[in-house]
Amino acid sequence: MYNLFRFLQRNHLLLLFLLLETIAFSMLLRSNTYHRTAAFKLSNGISGSIYNVQKSVTDYFYLQQANELLAEENARLREELTNFSGQADSLKVQTSDSVYSFMQARVVSNSVQFRNNYIIINKGSKAGVHKDMGLISSEGIAGIITGVSENYATAISLLHKFAVISVRFKKSGQLANLSWKGGDYQLGQIDHIPTHLELKEGDTVVTSGHSHLFPPGILVGTIATYYPSANEALNSASIAFFTDFNKLRQVYVVTNHHKTEIDSLVNTRPNE
Amino acid sequence: MNKVFTNGLRFAGLLILQLMVLNHIRIGGYINPYVYPLFILMLPFAMPGWLLLIAGFVTGFVMDLMMSTPGLHTAATVWLAFMRPAVIRLASGRPLPENAEEPGITQLGGRWFFSYSITLISLHHLALFLLESFSFSQIGSSLYRTLLSVPFSEILILLLVYLFSSLKKR
Repeated sequence: MYNLFRFLQRNHLLLLFLLLETIAFSMLLRSNTYHRTAAFKLSNGISGSIYNVQKSVTDYFYLQQANELLAEENARLREELTNFSGQADSLKVQTSDSVYSFMQARVVSNSVQFRNNYIIINKGSKAGVHKDMGLISSEGIAGIITGVSENYATAISLLHKFAVISVRFKKSGQLANLSWKGGDYQLGQIDHIPTHLELKEGDTVVTSGHSHLFPPGILVGTIATYYPSANEALNSASIAFFTDFNKLRQVYVVTNHHKTEIDSLVNTRPNE
Repeated sequence: MNKVFTNGLRFAGLLILQLMVLNHIRIGGYINPYVYPLFILMLPFAMPGWLLLIAGFVTGFVMDLMMSTPGLHTAATVWLAFMRPAVIRLASGRPLPENAEEPGITQLGGRWFFSYSITLISLHHLALFLLESFSFSQIGSSLYRTLLSVPFSEILILLLVYLFSSLKKR
């Protein structure tokens, strides 16, 4: 017993260090899955309100730019609407868009230079935002909500280790998974492309809708560089995002009204 | 009491600087300077080791709270606080004066502070970026990130130290 106390006393610094590091590591590891970043509910509220104040100041300087982006988007949507409503009489179409609704939100905090980047928006559970909702910008997709407090929500941006989006090449309709490997905030990566696909630089990539977080057809990016593999295995490509993450100010939270229903279907799968 | 006040002010000031200013400056995709470890660097020599570790834990924890990265900065800053006494002993061949902290110019000289800070900052950043990616396959980019960020953090820290020590002299 006495020897134990002596041991503790002699190495108390090392032991305290190991204890604190273990606590830190357990925080890190426990949150090291996609869903656990939702854990910091208290900090969400505090950091959200602090960043809100800061953003209210800096956003003022970007009002003109924000207006221009919105006007462009309006024009594009108006065009799409006119083209579509022209067909509405002849076709009875149940578009997938009636399943999705969009809620406007302002970006309160954002980053692009870390390995894992988070977006905080100024809408929270009070506005009806929940975990696992998609986030899009005027230009393309932006991220996925992971944590919600009363007035703010945290989302992993596309520029994150855990952000994997199910996408489709617009031309061929082939499915693929897009992720981000760090570094340039304008480029994402698609790996494991089958070699029989003929892809050219400049081809558009859109969401496939299979994740049920984003409606299908939302713009993601264009192929920037196509890397054919040396040994005829699988190709990869780098994708230039349409969304400018550096200038993210105005985003839309995507609500899929059928998501709970789809999720419950997943639970009916037999255990493999 | 004055020491607690100065250190408290340093703590708040550095964190605000880091969170409000530095985290929003984007130089390159790989450059992430962090100046908040300066708080741990500037704690008094006389501070007991266990208190140093706890201070490191709290500093890292507050950073993590604000940056939505649970455990990341906490782990790196506790590591820094743990290595601080060892680096101090390595960096000083001679007995240390009885003053409160490690000023760059006034007591110990810029050269001593430089070798002291760059060692600890390098250790901190290395731990931080390795833990951030948490994978062996991306170890190259983590090391690259460390290599690029350490000089920037170091320059900012030296600027802050020189700025405040010259302010004190007046």
